[in-house]
Amino acid sequence: MTIGLPHYLTVAAFLFTIGIFGIFLNRKNVIVILMSIELMLLAVNINLVAFSSFMGELSGQIFALFVLTVAAGEAAIGLAIVVVYFRNRGTIAVEDASVMRG
Amino acid sequence: MALQAVFFYLFSFLTVASAVMVITARNPVHAVLWLILAFFNAAGLFVLLGAEFLAMILVVVYVGAVAVLFLFVVMMLDVDFAELRAGFIKNAPLGAMVGAILLIELVMVVGMRFAGTAQVVRGPAPAPVAGSTISNTEALGAILYREPFVFYLEIAGLILLVAMMGAIVLTLRHKDGVKRQSISAQNARNPATAIEIAKVPAGGYTVPPKAPEKVRS
Repeated sequence: MTIGLPHYLTVAAFLFTIGIFGIFLNRKNVIVILMSIELMLLAVNINLVAFSSFMGELSGQIFALFVLTVAAGEAAIGLAIVVVYFRNRGTIAVEDASVMRG
Repeated sequence: MALQAVFFYLFSFLTVASAVMVITARNPVHAVLWLILAFFNAAGLFVLLGAEFLAMILVVVYVGAVAVLFLFVVMMLDVDFAELRAGFIKNAPLGAMVGAILLIELVMVVGMRFAGTAQVVRGPAPAPVAGSTISNTEALGAILYREPFVFYLEIAGLILLVAMMGAIVLTLRHKDGVKRQSISAQNARNPATAIEIAKVPAGGYTVPPKAPEKVRS
């Protein structure tokens, strides 16, 4: 009963799917959508680290580090936009955010 | 090995279960807390994979910074989250269908890839990951601060700087009627604008043009 690469990839696939499902499920709530995106990025990170570990090649972990960086920046910017949007409109429902649609 | 399998199944089950709770939690504060649990268990998976540095970074950056940021925003915004859950059930079938198809595809990719005869491609520069004397952090540092990757590291720092400035610029708000220090105005003062010379007649006194209002407490 050894744990191989497919086990980790399956866990990551489950996490990624849950992230996608979360976006469908909470279509109106931006904050939960952002959390779902974080879950998907976490799944990607698990994939990268698993491949890196099982292939004896550290580049995957370095890429996971950069993915983490971008995820942190994305969360900061996204939450700032949410705060500004809430300040202007008094709600965070995504469906209202179509003012700029042509 | 058996212990490793036990911990793998524990961590992965908890990660997936708390991820499910993140997207289905009624209260977004609870969702953030489940997200923190998911990150902790993912860090456990990273430790099992021999990536201790990334595991610690995951705990510090995600749990310590990102999740707390989410928590702040969720608690700061006075949003009626019950209203936002309208259509929760309506959207579920479509999402479940897309999710099921995607999951089947992904698991089939994993299954076919490793059930077939495809060879595992070795990377060009195998670095010590497990079973060597160099620690994971040391090996990562030896790669990260060398020639190709150090530029990417700089770019990552730049991305963080831009993200920080963007967040500040987006949320900065100037309120009217708040007394604040204006350093440029202070530095631009000169004697002509700062000093007023009044002629005081002998034996008399002069009243300044704008007397400061008395403050009564």
